[in-house]
Amino acid sequence: MAQVTTGERKSIFSLFNLIALIVLGVGVYLTYLRFTGGLASVTNLSDYNPWGIWISFDLLCGVALAAGGYVTSSAVYLFGMKKYHSAVRPAILTGFLGYALVFLAINYDVGRPWRLPYPLVVQQGTTSVLFEVGLCVATYLTVLFIEFSPAAMEWLGLKRARSLVVKLTILLTIFGVVLSTMHQSSLGALFLIVPSKLHPLWYSSYIPIYFFVTSIIAGLSMVIFESTLSHRFFAYKMDETHLQEANGLTLGFGKAASYVLAGYFAIKVLGISAGNQWHYLTTGYGTWYLVELLGFVALPSLLYAFGVRTKSLTLIKFTSVLAILGVILNRFNISLVAFNWHLPASERYFPHWMEIGISVFIVMIGLLLYRFIVTRMPILYEHPDYKDAH
Amino acid sequence: MDPIFYTLQDFMTYTEGVTYLLVIATLAGMTVFWWFLTGKDED
Repeated sequence: MAQVTTGERKSIFSLFNLIALIVLGVGVYLTYLRFTGGLASVTNLSDYNPWGIWISFDLLCGVALAAGGYVTSSAVYLFGMKKYHSAVRPAILTGFLGYALVFLAINYDVGRPWRLPYPLVVQQGTTSVLFEVGLCVATYLTVLFIEFSPAAMEWLGLKRARSLVVKLTILLTIFGVVLSTMHQSSLGALFLIVPSKLHPLWYSSYIPIYFFVTSIIAGLSMVIFESTLSHRFFAYKMDETHLQEANGLTLGFGKAASYVLAGYFAIKVLGISAGNQWHYLTTGYGTWYLVELLGFVALPSLLYAFGVRTKSLTLIKFTSVLAILGVILNRFNISLVAFNWHLPASERYFPHWMEIGISVFIVMIGLLLYRFIVTRMPILYEHPDYKDAH
Repeated sequence: MDPIFYTLQDFMTYTEGVTYLLVIATLAGMTVFWWFLTGKDED
């Protein structure tokens, strides 16, 4: 029987809060520097390397790791896997915050935030893949906000508005899957234009498919990882339904992730074969490629499988971290490590510490928002007024 | 050692041939992996 737990109150002077305060303070100062001094004042970006870690991490990784929202909601609402229902709200929240932070981060890179709507309302670059990415991300952020809003409405007591939005659930889920399929793959398609700059092992005409498949892996693994962290830090907010479904969720999503990883490994090998790029595997870049492919794709696939067969939740949770790191490594390899691989070392990009500082600042904002929402709104439990009203 | 290709036809015949063989291996491998993954579901 589901019940709402009021939870314990912790002191405001915790180690996490202290670290958060420092990160926020430094982040606000770096933000001031960025928007008053321009990109050159806080970044190592150049004409050779106009995209740095704000694109690699905040955008490419951020969008991929926020895929748990569409993966979970489509599993539950489109494929009828109701046993994972308790994971929908945390996954939607993680997705919504992820995309909101991508939106925030892109402002640091592009500058002039007031001009962000320009591609939509002033000059539509309809032949540009980047336009399609921008349009999809903006639309999907709106969809995620609406999908998340019932939790906020339950918290605020807006019953009529909530019942209206809940009726749109299936429609919003379909929108979410369509928009995610489009922009997750389009983020990969951005790199189709640079066959001479991206190392042949990472460059492929199938790169949009690779990006989409890895987003599913990231989504499944992020739901497992986020569930693990929530159980560690917010177990007191969870109702019995949530606690009972957690193990089944870990096993089910672990199984799915294992199989998708195996499929991804196969299409990556087929991609090498189709381009006859085997000889690159014996080079230095080839070794690094094999580290990514064997260590962060094949290995997690097998570990997930062993974890599922032996019902080892610990192994599956550990593997989810490995799989997430694999997706992050893949995005970094494509947008930084294997990008401009012909350039001499002196011209290669390495992020300035202030770029890293702003990325950490944005992640910290996400963590604080997640904690704020989870400790107040019915995310990890069902609101007593709306039990079984889904 | 990589084979030497004199024509696009040679290249396509070789790479497509290898790729098709890998596709067959992949289909068989994914089936076996699915059995491995779900083998203990009924327990």
